[in-house]
Amino acid sequence: MSTVTTEPRLPPVTQIGMASLALIVAGGIYLSAHLPEHVPLGPAVVLLALSALLLAGNLAALSRVKGFAWHRFFQIGRWALLAYAITAGMIEYAFLQDGLKGGALVVLTLSLVVYAVHVPMLIAFTVARYDVPARAQAP
Amino acid sequence: MTGISVAAEPELEHEIGVSPPPPRLDFEIVPRKGLIVVAVVFVAVIVAIASNKLWPLMFLHVAGGAAWTIIDLFLGLVLGPILGRLSVPARTELTTKLMPKMLLIMPTVVTVALAAGWQLGNKLGFVFSGYPNHSWVVASYIVVGIMAIIALGLLEPANVAVLVELKKPQPRPEVIERLMKRFIYSAGIIGVLQIATLVIMTKLASG
Repeated sequence: MSTVTTEPRLPPVTQIGMASLALIVAGGIYLSAHLPEHVPLGPAVVLLALSALLLAGNLAALSRVKGFAWHRFFQIGRWALLAYAITAGMIEYAFLQDGLKGGALVVLTLSLVVYAVHVPMLIAFTVARYDVPARAQAP
Repeated sequence: MTGISVAAEPELEHEIGVSPPPPRLDFEIVPRKGLIVVAVVFVAVIVAIASNKLWPLMFLHVAGGAAWTIIDLFLGLVLGPILGRLSVPARTELTTKLMPKMLLIMPTVVTVALAAGWQLGNKLGFVFSGYPNHSWVVASYIVVGIMAIIALGLLEPANVAVLVELKKPQPRPEVIERLMKRFIYSAGIIGVLQIATLVIMTKLASG
């Protein structure tokens, strides 16, 4: 049998990750569509909170998987985290340059944090799911 | 990801009828020389945003946006279907030469187009709700948002995963097939969405 079909039972990390990204994208569109008017932050905060909950749930579900290639997950994840931290930093710089402040800045900054953690997690997960755990590699 | 070394894995059985494993290939997952170009481009974006002058912002937005749209359309609607019909060795060779470059090019052109575009929109007033064609601007946010979710959630992880798989002592053809299929379908959907971007951007440019 192929190892693709015998991989450990995995939680729907990619689907949940995409849903989480969709929520912060929706929050960002809601806020930016109303510029320069001040809009109630409530809907954006709810979307961000749901997105962060999905991220936390995704991490918790993945941490329970037995026989997962964690060495590969962290090897890829740390580099991806660095790359996405740089892009998130550039976006944050653009926000500050445009004079964004107050609640909208806080919501968008936290959205960037979710983005900068969740995307590397998705990349690392996709690589690691097709890998073999470190113990299985021992001779 | 430049320093990644992939340890040898045990012999794995392959399904009967699945193509033989391609030979181990020597390539960089992230081309190191390309990182210098990326750094230069990012510095140019930062300088353009800080100076807030029309021409640099317009140049970076149009150049980045055009590259993004054309690459997505070409990859999704032209190269993708061709790639799917190539023999396994030919596809592997093309993949090892194309995908490392894509790993640098796509995030760079997307970041340049969006960062410069946002600043340009601020400067010209396009992003403000009082702008007459504001609904078109919001439509562009939605299209870009959908493309970003597909690119970040499906395309980019598949891109990295297929390169890591190809670096292994014994790459598994079935894994590469699955990941490449995901990459090509994602690129195809994004390519179709780029047509919507073209419609919106030409509408905004013509007032």
